[in-house]
Amino acid sequence: MLSTEVFTRLVRVEIAIEVRDLLMRYGDNDVLTGVDFDVHTDEVVCLLGPNGAGKTTTIEILEGFRIRSGGHVDVLGQDPAHADEDWRARTGVVLQSWRDHPRWTPRRLLTQLGGYFEPYATPERQRPYDVDELLETVGLTALADRKLTALSGGQRRRLDVAIGIVGRPELLFLDEPTAGFDPQARREFHQLVQRLAGLEHTTILLTTHDLDEAEKLADRVLILAGGRIVADDSPDGLARRFAGEAEVHWSVDGQRFVRKTGDPTGFVRNLFAQDGDAVQDLDIRRASLEDAYLSLVQQHESGHADAAVRLFKEVTR
Amino acid sequence: MKAQHAVRLGLRRGWFEFAQSVRSTQDQGFYLFTAFLVVGYLFLRRNTEVEGTDLLLPSVALPSILGALIAFGVVVGPAYALAMEKEDGTLLRHKAVPHGLAGYFTGQLVFQTLSLLPQMVVILLPSFLLFEDLMTDSSGWLTVAWVLLLGLLAALPIGMIIGALVPSTQKVGTWGMLPIMVLAGISGIFYPLQQLWAWVQVVAQAFPMYWLGLGMRSAFLPETAAALEIGESWRTLETVLVLGTWAVVGALVTPRVLRRMSRRSTGSQVQAAREAAVQWVR
Repeated sequence: MLSTEVFTRLVRVEIAIEVRDLLMRYGDNDVLTGVDFDVHTDEVVCLLGPNGAGKTTTIEILEGFRIRSGGHVDVLGQDPAHADEDWRARTGVVLQSWRDHPRWTPRRLLTQLGGYFEPYATPERQRPYDVDELLETVGLTALADRKLTALSGGQRRRLDVAIGIVGRPELLFLDEPTAGFDPQARREFHQLVQRLAGLEHTTILLTTHDLDEAEKLADRVLILAGGRIVADDSPDGLARRFAGEAEVHWSVDGQRFVRKTGDPTGFVRNLFAQDGDAVQDLDIRRASLEDAYLSLVQQHESGHADAAVRLFKEVTR
Repeated sequence: MKAQHAVRLGLRRGWFEFAQSVRSTQDQGFYLFTAFLVVGYLFLRRNTEVEGTDLLLPSVALPSILGALIAFGVVVGPAYALAMEKEDGTLLRHKAVPHGLAGYFTGQLVFQTLSLLPQMVVILLPSFLLFEDLMTDSSGWLTVAWVLLLGLLAALPIGMIIGALVPSTQKVGTWGMLPIMVLAGISGIFYPLQQLWAWVQVVAQAFPMYWLGLGMRSAFLPETAAALEIGESWRTLETVLVLGTWAVVGALVTPRVLRRMSRRSTGSQVQAAREAAVQWVR
């Protein structure tokens, strides 16, 4: 039998972030009104929400950069508001830089900032990352010895990511990592995050206001609106909640058909049983949560946060 | 142990920032420009005699100007650096790594201190070639060294505190430059302090700049020149006391102010500064 204490510790290992009834108030303005969620070890979780919903505030509280007004927060076993430097060494933060270190080169800056993690190396987690390897990972090898001023916005952001992970963090925070990216840079960035999540056992919490990005990257999506979490599910699970029905498109002998069904798999099975090889152009379209999310964003940003949240919850149930 | 490691990284950081600065044409330009102004001024008045002595103006003015430049450099330099670097994310990057702030502030100390050297060299070198009788006794260099060190310890914290407290880089002009300019005006660099109103003399003597200038004059000038000073003395003990007091107060207060500044530093603050800067440029 495990003692309660040991048991709690074992469970703790599985939970990287625990947030209960998190409150944040700026003057009279309640930004967070009771946020609850967990992030499990090795999970990629996306905090999704309209601009001004409090995503940045939430992530800054978890990073230990901002002091909350109330509630319980546990990140890697410590309260980030009072966490020590050992805790800091286990976390990584991807910051958005704009003109810092103009005279430095990527190689030098990574070497310098990575240096702080040297005393925190463990047999199973070599710290910091090898700089050449890291530059390779983020695709900056060719620019390693150029000044930072010579880097484009996208290249700079990849350097930001490299700096965020140079200490081989167990938990990585990214706040709106692709804001201002062109589609190509965004795609490269998504590949980078997926590689990170797969390569090292890194728990990742990122914020975005882009649903598409959340669906691509996350194991689980948390939607933050009106100061609280209004949905918490896997991208598929979320989609399913909106999509009571799916649309099945197909054609037989050049004639097109469309049918709405709650059970597309069963429907298609029957379809093949009936028409076999004659079935062409098969396409199953799950109604995405895009529409619901867009209307949430629209209403939220026009100042009707509460109404938006109510409506959104009705649709998701 | 781990904090010491961070301090070592900070030393390396400061040295590297310095090496970069010396290599940058922008900074070289700044050093040469100030040197050109100072040496040019002294050269134009190279034959002017200082009233009541048999000394020439460059001999008396050079140490005063040197003192003022040191005070100016170690106040305005770190004030700008901190104000900028809390806005552009440099500070935040260090907050995000273990013991990073210890490294960052060590780097600042090293960099700002080393930055005085090229400044002094570009002024002293041509001055010693162009003017005679600058340093009466070579033992004066020892005095230069301790005045420099003590002045640095006294004035550097002021710059760091200004940099930590200013709301934005654009405000460093009003909060940092302006008071320093006023102080330079009343600190007996361009004309003797005794010619000013009594209350101005009191104000000037409360700050390190006057004492830096006085200390430098005591290093360069012959004993007889002390007759030009208040109390007709170099007042070495008072110099040590005033600069020492500023240094002790600075050492006590600065870490607290810096800690407060670092605590408040967030990504949103950096983001807001960025947006403000974009607005400003437009």
